[in-house]
Amino acid sequence: MDPVVALHRLHFGFTITFHYLFAQLSMGLALLIFILKTAARRTGNEHYNDAARFWIRVFAISFAFGVVTGIPMEFQFGANWARFSKAAGGVIGQTLAMEGVYSFFLESAFLGLLLFGERRLGPKGHWFTSLLMLIGTWLSGFFILATNAWMQHPVGHQLLPSGEAVLVSFWGLLLNPWLLWMYCHNMLGALVTGSFVMAGLGAFYLLGGRCLEHARTFLRTGVIVGCLASVLMLFPTGHGQNLMIASHQPATLAAMEGLFQTTRGAPLALAGQPDHANKRLENPVLIPRMLSFLAYGDWNAEVKGLDAFPPDERPDLIPLLFYSYHAMILLGMTFIAVMLAAAWQLRRGRLYESRFILWALMLASPLPFIANTAGWITAEVGRQPWLVYGLMRTSQGASMNVSSGSTLFTLIGFAALYALLAILSVLLFRREIDRGPAPLLKS
Amino acid sequence: MEILWFCLVALMLAVYVVLDGFDLGAGIVHFLVGRSDDERRAVLRAVGPVWDGNEVWLLAAAGTLYCAFPGLYASSFSGLYLLLMMVLWLLILRGLSIEFRNHAHSALGRQLWDVVFAWASGLLAVFLGAALGNVMRGVPLDASGFFFLPLWTNFQPGAAAGILDWYTVLVGVAALAALAQHGALWVALKSEAPLEERARSVAAVAWYFAAGMTLVVAGATLRLQPLLGANLRAHPWGYLFPALALAALGALRGFLAQGDHIRAFLSSCAYLAGMLASAAFGLFPYVLPSNGDPHYGLTIWNTATTSHGLRVALAWWIPGMLLVLVYFVFVYRHFRGKVRADAETY
Repeated sequence: MDPVVALHRLHFGFTITFHYLFAQLSMGLALLIFILKTAARRTGNEHYNDAARFWIRVFAISFAFGVVTGIPMEFQFGANWARFSKAAGGVIGQTLAMEGVYSFFLESAFLGLLLFGERRLGPKGHWFTSLLMLIGTWLSGFFILATNAWMQHPVGHQLLPSGEAVLVSFWGLLLNPWLLWMYCHNMLGALVTGSFVMAGLGAFYLLGGRCLEHARTFLRTGVIVGCLASVLMLFPTGHGQNLMIASHQPATLAAMEGLFQTTRGAPLALAGQPDHANKRLENPVLIPRMLSFLAYGDWNAEVKGLDAFPPDERPDLIPLLFYSYHAMILLGMTFIAVMLAAAWQLRRGRLYESRFILWALMLASPLPFIANTAGWITAEVGRQPWLVYGLMRTSQGASMNVSSGSTLFTLIGFAALYALLAILSVLLFRREIDRGPAPLLKS
Repeated sequence: MEILWFCLVALMLAVYVVLDGFDLGAGIVHFLVGRSDDERRAVLRAVGPVWDGNEVWLLAAAGTLYCAFPGLYASSFSGLYLLLMMVLWLLILRGLSIEFRNHAHSALGRQLWDVVFAWASGLLAVFLGAALGNVMRGVPLDASGFFFLPLWTNFQPGAAAGILDWYTVLVGVAALAALAQHGALWVALKSEAPLEERARSVAAVAWYFAAGMTLVVAGATLRLQPLLGANLRAHPWGYLFPALALAALGALRGFLAQGDHIRAFLSSCAYLAGMLASAAFGLFPYVLPSNGDPHYGLTIWNTATTSHGLRVALAWWIPGMLLVLVYFVFVYRHFRGKVRADAETY
């Protein structure tokens, strides 16, 4: 791979991965905060408002870091992917600009009210503000995913002779069939992150003997939402997205599953090591015929292997793709197991005493960040060698006017700055965790 | 349609400069106005609730620019790559400094973040001004519509110019002076004596710098960029924009002398808007001229997306911005009145 293109990929990949650690937490917490505020309104129990107030403070930190790391994303489209931006701007410029106008203003206008306006707004107004914040963050996710869905499965455009794609159907772009499963899957992923963080912190407080009343609320809310989200992550959304890949990106499917040869009744590899040079999967753990069934609903269906595609139409980093995809699946299964066990204990009324489950919840709480990252690596590396599937290669989209040295320089700069950000965000989160939930101060 | 979008994008950028300008400006005059720890905290309190909302205008303006003129977005952001990345780093550092100033436990920690806030704000003003200077001077575009500028070369604004040359640095310093004045006026508006008095006198001094730099930059730009003079000669009504800027600058002096900080601040807004409008008018229809062969210059015609795309964008942009108006009316109605030091927090 051309080092200029490789460095632009790494630059964008690094900055967006760091950004999305915060963005997924914000989107997940936005819904959980809304649930807590709704519970407070339904029951009239001030306890839920205290819990919501704590999570609003955590949300605000996560949101601030998401904004700070999100600003470079918008500019990197032009800076690092200039030829792509020029060729595709007629289409994805719409969704990226809509994000600015429809969600950034909404979020920035109401974050202050959510944080500082509870007394002035009253219970109903504050509940409504939490709903607006939920809409703002989830709309933001929608517009970004609409952009990405177009890159995965371009629709609603027309290709000009100059190679530029221009918009012909606005609704085609926003109602891209790829977007439905992708949006549901991705937002559930954010919800899994949020609910594991909430339940994990509840377990942390309970095991440490602090804030017991709130710890139980965090656990209860986190486990109920997390259990639903973890299961829906796998089916139908994860499965639905795999079906889209099977029918529209067959080379991606073969690479993700480590299927080198076209096979009838193809097995599903649970683990293994793709050996790119010898074109085979080493030490595989296989479920016979399962891949054919999952992809096409027929145990004997033919699944195209990598050999069915010319080398320049296969993803280039097959081991990265294979390991990321399998790490995501493995972690997803772990989440389902932990959450089902926790939900079962909750139902029996024994969750708060079962130290084993509490430890599991606490230890598992960082894992959804890894799973979501692995999922995105699967989506982005899986699309290779295409930047816009079937329309534009990644090597055609990078800014060739920006040299590899300049890109490496700014990548190192971002790495250093983000290391500082990571330390500072941990300090801020820790401060809030030490402070814990508290009632509203009387003025 | 292209002309309409040119005006809308210019309007959004002007709103960004006017709004984020005062919080950048507050950072520039941070140490001049705030002599003690408490006073510097008061300066930060004057920008604390609004600065991130102001920066949203930059994002929204950049997004809208991308949507309407993808060719310009791609060419300028990659060509001015080094400048852009430094601006991004400074924006991040500045955001951190505002956030952490309030959380620092020690006096030394607060001073550290104060210094970061002041320097990042000042450098941002200079760099954003220099970016505008690059647009006014023109960049070495070729037939592909792309270019790449080194940070500096020989500091001459000729064909081999870098991002920084004497002209763009001059524009940067002019931006520094104008925003220092703008920020000082905002602090004066939002604070009480003795901070208010000191901010007022800083604004009064900054006025001389801003006025002097305005004339110098105007002269240099007219000499360097022939498009400006040609546009003014062809459409003399365009003199309205520089006249507005100068009138606002004059009025600002008068209001400042009367101690009318609200009108002085509004004059400063009008001055900034007038200067930007003059620049936009002067270059039209160019959005990024070439400093070599003028044929390679980027105009609104050769960078805009299709007319269908522009029409679709207008259909969602107008209701979207009306919603934005509703939010701001709603939020300001709820946060009306003076915000006390110990205002409602958790």
